[in-house]
Amino acid sequence: MSDSPIIGGGAMLQPTPFHRRTAALNLVNAWERWQGHTTVTTFLSPEDEYFATRTAASLYDVSPMLKYRIAGPDAEAMLDRLMTRDVTKLKPGRALYGPWCDGRGRVIEEGTLFRESAASFRLNAAEPQLFWLEDCAYGFDVTVEEVTDAIAGLALQGPLAKRVLEDIGLGEAARLPFFGLGRFGFEGGEIEISRTGFTGDLGFELWIAPERAETLWDRLMAVADRHYLRPMGSQALNTLRIEAGHILINVEYVGANHALRESQMRTPDDLGLGWAVDPKKPGYFNGRRAIEAERAAGGPRRRLVGLDIEGRKPAHAAYLYAGRREVGQVTSACWSPVLKRNIALATVEAGYAEPGRKLKADVYYVKEVTQGRVEAAATVVEPRFYQPAHRRG
Amino acid sequence: MKRYDAIVVGAGHNGLTAAAYLARAGLSVMVLERRDRIGGAAVSEERHAGFLYSSCSYVCSLLRAEIMRDLELSKHGLRIIPYENSATIARNGDSIAFFHDPAKTRRSIARHSRRDADAYAEFNRDIYRQCRMIRPLLLETPPDPTSVRLKDLKGLRKLQKAFAQLGEDGLAQAMQFWTMSCGDFLDRYFESDLLKGSLAGNSIIGTALGPYSPGSAYVLLHHVMGDLDGHVGAWGFAVGGMGAISQALAAAAQEHGAEIRTAAEVEQLIVRNGRVEGVALVGGEEVLGTRVVSNLDVKRTYLKLAPRKELPTDFLEAVESFKIRGSSGKLNIALDRLPEFPALRDEPLLKRGGILISESMEYLERGYDDWKNGQWSREPFLDITVPTHYDPTMAPPGKHYMSVFVQYVPPTLADGPWTPEKRDAFGKTVLDTIELYSPGFRDLILDCWVRTPWDLENEVGLTEGNIFHGELTLDQLLFNRPIPGYAQYRGPLGGLYMCGSSTHPGGGVMGAPGANAARELLHDAGVRRAA
Repeated sequence: MSDSPIIGGGAMLQPTPFHRRTAALNLVNAWERWQGHTTVTTFLSPEDEYFATRTAASLYDVSPMLKYRIAGPDAEAMLDRLMTRDVTKLKPGRALYGPWCDGRGRVIEEGTLFRESAASFRLNAAEPQLFWLEDCAYGFDVTVEEVTDAIAGLALQGPLAKRVLEDIGLGEAARLPFFGLGRFGFEGGEIEISRTGFTGDLGFELWIAPERAETLWDRLMAVADRHYLRPMGSQALNTLRIEAGHILINVEYVGANHALRESQMRTPDDLGLGWAVDPKKPGYFNGRRAIEAERAAGGPRRRLVGLDIEGRKPAHAAYLYAGRREVGQVTSACWSPVLKRNIALATVEAGYAEPGRKLKADVYYVKEVTQGRVEAAATVVEPRFYQPAHRRG
Repeated sequence: MKRYDAIVVGAGHNGLTAAAYLARAGLSVMVLERRDRIGGAAVSEERHAGFLYSSCSYVCSLLRAEIMRDLELSKHGLRIIPYENSATIARNGDSIAFFHDPAKTRRSIARHSRRDADAYAEFNRDIYRQCRMIRPLLLETPPDPTSVRLKDLKGLRKLQKAFAQLGEDGLAQAMQFWTMSCGDFLDRYFESDLLKGSLAGNSIIGTALGPYSPGSAYVLLHHVMGDLDGHVGAWGFAVGGMGAISQALAAAAQEHGAEIRTAAEVEQLIVRNGRVEGVALVGGEEVLGTRVVSNLDVKRTYLKLAPRKELPTDFLEAVESFKIRGSSGKLNIALDRLPEFPALRDEPLLKRGGILISESMEYLERGYDDWKNGQWSREPFLDITVPTHYDPTMAPPGKHYMSVFVQYVPPTLADGPWTPEKRDAFGKTVLDTIELYSPGFRDLILDCWVRTPWDLENEVGLTEGNIFHGELTLDQLLFNRPIPGYAQYRGPLGGLYMCGSSTHPGGGVMGAPGANAARELLHDAGVRRAA
């Protein structure tokens, strides 16, 4: 990819395998960095890209996502010890989402684990994990390999995603179950497809060898206009994922292996990921005793919640008050175009986290060249704001 | 005869910092400098026509922003420009580079080891944690842990809070940093020899320790705890060379009324009834002052200037055994044009930052073995910078000034003291080393000024040529620096203060010892608030 006009060799930012295609369509020339890669902020209109996802389908380049292959006779055992969920129950051809913790039960990261076969898994992560995975693999008969650059990734998300797949000859993949995973023939080669995504909508993630990435892109874009299929940038994705209540590392929390301050680390229960901890699974997993101790002591000190906020001004980084007491802070906020509601994800003290609790949000907003401030009523709600039934269908 | 409120002995950057703070608070201040120029080891010197050399210290990171602000150093002409990157080049043509941008650094390290690239993020996290704890302590007088004075108790409480916010992991790491060898510390994270060599370089600069000597991990921290424009561990160039720092400090001091005399060597302190009353210059002239601040290192201050009979014997013993061992040399080179480094051919911008020659920790340890045997490293660690990339005023157009810091170089050699011939042979070793990484380099040299620890001692006045005024090991840090019981910038003699890098928090062109000493003096003088 060194023939890119904007990126030279050496230690500069890397183009993704889709770069030549996304660059041609990036009409507003809006780029940002993601794990050392250039990725698109928006192609033309974040609103259009957003609505394509909620009403039809969109393509989002997820190639910079870090990917690790964990394979070998002990892969299942090693991953079961790594993750808080029961990996032994994950069948080949299925994926699961969940966190992994350090020894004190603090979340290092959360991500999707794909079981490609009985003895081979792929773990997707947003932050580098090789150091931790290799340490966790000690004593297990497994190999851990970073395969980030060997796999290009494209998220096809939206209620019409199945039709798009059918239209390019991947009808079999369109029938994958929720969190299903399979390999399919495509254009004289193979493609791996999972029924996963980050938008909270129906959708798939397509995994393909980088040298075939442009072929995949071209096949999809050739049918784009028949399905209101739009390439999407990160700006639209952020609104989608907040609506879905999906947390983001370095926004909702800092990974325990990178946090400077212990006070910034979070347990799974802090983050509302208690459902993804399986205390009934046998044996030890990293963080087990600490998580159990926290639960025995009455649960986490704070919780991630959703907020339904009055007015139209997104409550970016707003402090939250119960009366005059400061009880938390917003981590992500947006106006939800599908719900027509002002929503946010926030961390609040556990005593103020029950759904229905009324708080005040101290919202600052841009008032031409000054800063305006408003105290808005905020109601604690479940963070999964938008969960359409067709998501699992 | 005029009696000054304070006499500062030595116009190094810390002496000038102290003088500026004292004058700013309204004291009458006289600075006396032995040499014909101010600046001590923060000097710019024109030795070859048209070229300005940062002849001793050469880069800046640790100079406290508080001092820049208090003394309005930018008004007095000081500009410090961070350089974006540094690279370690290997003899096999490979390289590893460090950028302000973590994504770029990660990619550079990943070429050697993906695992190390990940581990580097955690290593950095651990470094930052320690920096966050240490940095607020730099401009504080170290509290005396045996004292129950309110001031010390407050200081200790602050220290305890700093420890507490580290958490258990961070506190354990602090102990590791202060006591472990850099080698053992880096081995916990990394596997790549070149990466470990790159990082270990920071643990040996200016230090008579090897990368596997206990205590060397702290030296690494000392070199990365600075920050420039928000980049932790970033280093920069002073426009006009390091002398620009001293010139700006001197201008600030003079603006507030301080007098500065050069070619005024102090021969001894005048002491009456256990109290310093002034100084006697070489030639017999006396300058009287209520208080005297010594910018010299602790050995020169108490073993040369102060009358021994006025000092407690156990104190003198402690001063005599203070570790201050020379281990560094310096080459200042005028170049006809930029040299080529084949290892950096794909990344020409890397030539603008620091270039390290530090193949591995073993390479460094072997270099240290030579030092122990009374020989300069036959394969030395080199820290090369070409400040004229950023500051073209330091050389004629198209020409360049290269600063080469060399580790290890002993203060005396196994076969006797330094001679001009031996100095030339040492210079040749360094140039031969550079030539290995930059074929044709020698042909570009217009002038080469070789400086050994002996030169640093005899010209600049650094005992044994130690650039930090004493080793930065835990036994000589915080409330033990320089002498246990005398860490608060005062000694046994009334009215005598120390403001050089022998005192907390040590060397590195921070200015913090000077600022801290001035604050203590002003406290004693009953001056509550600086102007």
